[in-house]
Amino acid sequence: MAVIETKDLAYTYPGGTKPSLRDVSLTIEKGEFVILTGPSGCGKTTLCRCFNGLIPHFYGGVLQGELSVAGLKVSDHPIYEMAKRVGLVFQNPENQLFALSVEKDVAFGLENLGTPRDEMKKRVEWALQMTGIEELRERAPHELSGGQQQRVAIASVLAMQPEIMIFDEPTSFLDPLGAQKIFEVINELKNKLGVTVILVEHRLDLASKYADHVIIMDEGKIVLDGEPREIFNSETAWLLGVGIPKAVRLWHTLQENGVVLEGAPVSSEEATRFLREVLKR
Amino acid sequence: MIEVKDIHFTYPTGVEALKGVSLTIGDGEFVAIMGQNGAGKTTLVKHFNGLLKPAKGEVLVDDVSTRDVSVAKLARKVGFVFQNPDHQLFSETVEEEIAFALRNFGFEETTIEKRVTWALNLLGLTEYRKTSPFMLSGGERKRVALASVLAWDPKAVILDEPTIGQDHGQKENLRQFIVQLNGQGKTVVVVTHDVEFVAECNPRVVLMNEGKIVADGEAKKILTDTTLTLTASIVPPQVTQIFLGLTDLGLPSDVIDVSEAKKILLDHFEEAKH
Repeated sequence: MAVIETKDLAYTYPGGTKPSLRDVSLTIEKGEFVILTGPSGCGKTTLCRCFNGLIPHFYGGVLQGELSVAGLKVSDHPIYEMAKRVGLVFQNPENQLFALSVEKDVAFGLENLGTPRDEMKKRVEWALQMTGIEELRERAPHELSGGQQQRVAIASVLAMQPEIMIFDEPTSFLDPLGAQKIFEVINELKNKLGVTVILVEHRLDLASKYADHVIIMDEGKIVLDGEPREIFNSETAWLLGVGIPKAVRLWHTLQENGVVLEGAPVSSEEATRFLREVLKR
Repeated sequence: MIEVKDIHFTYPTGVEALKGVSLTIGDGEFVAIMGQNGAGKTTLVKHFNGLLKPAKGEVLVDDVSTRDVSVAKLARKVGFVFQNPDHQLFSETVEEEIAFALRNFGFEETTIEKRVTWALNLLGLTEYRKTSPFMLSGGERKRVALASVLAWDPKAVILDEPTIGQDHGQKENLRQFIVQLNGQGKTVVVVTHDVEFVAECNPRVVLMNEGKIVADGEAKKILTDTTLTLTASIVPPQVTQIFLGLTDLGLPSDVIDVSEAKKILLDHFEEAKH
């Protein structure tokens, strides 16, 4: 079942001379883990702003074409209605957290939506548990490590139980191990709760193995849309200079040098397994 | 060029960020400082140009203690490019931004003009000469910050997390640029989490954990030592992960980048044929 559908979507910011999105037609299925990538300025962030209604309700500008998210026509529903269905987690958790305790930060969105007290308690508890930060509930968010802060930010969005969660480069400020743990938390949300995940990311080495679906944009358009295996191995992706995972790069160089290889790995685990088969021959 | 002797530093909040760090960085070296969030990396490099002074121990830049020189004077030698360019930029045009420090250092206007043009050209910013830095993208603003530091031609450049927010192409340009700078004899110190970036540059790596240096050596040695990487919350490069899973088949484990991996595997296949 499609949870996001756009057809011939085009958008120009107020005062903009050229459109930031053009001819965007895509379908995202419920429960998918989608990676959205492409060079800086390609329109990724703009597209995500359409998904949660910031475009057109906050930014204004000219939006054309069809856009339906979680069964709603976005232009007919205000931001606060979209926010219940589409959660957004930013690159830098510091920009998102401000309360004196983790618990209060996680409860904030629910308070704003007027959630009854008992329900609120339940949801906060659940969100803390899902992100593995129950023991941090009394702590001040600004005293936590970057990775812990990002989990708090995720919990505070998760507490609103959105159907769709958008993560805009959620691990840029984290050390690699911290980043890996965040991707695992995100993947759990998808597997256990069936949340649709849209991950905006440049660094694909760590995230590619979780993806069901990859969309690559350039100059406001979608240039590739499909399964990771197919996309990472397409010539277009290479020409665009997208951050193709090193495992895929290695595979390609070997093939270019005449080594006969089957399959196409998307992660280091797969590359190891595939290479092992070849080496044993 | 930079000599750090057993320094300690505690922030006013009581956080003990450096607990006895000693390190020598030679003229023209290329060093990457790595480690988990909060390990003390940024605190350490802020000592290199005197932004922070140690509570105990001392830092010498070209044999002079940072306690005995002003930050302004040290900045001539050691340029610092911040993680967030917005902490650094404030002028109305890119050109003024780059000229600002040069004026403060008292350069002649004709020299300033030359240096600004040179720096703009070097970082591909000439078309933005008259543009406000705040109209530019994040990646472009980072380049303006770098240009404004390089304009006064410091002996050493410190870059704090230069790859954050850069797409693949921009990162590749940055890598080539850094390698070129270093090739021209500049000392380059990069603070970064970006393991793949380090694997491609192959610099000397200084690994920090909880306010101390836990390892110091070739990138190839450090990034492939899983005990060390785990201590520092680093994940080995993807190529290393692949090779670590194949050691029982007689392949080496200390491989960090694609071209090296290619060579080893091709040789291996060639041998197997015979």
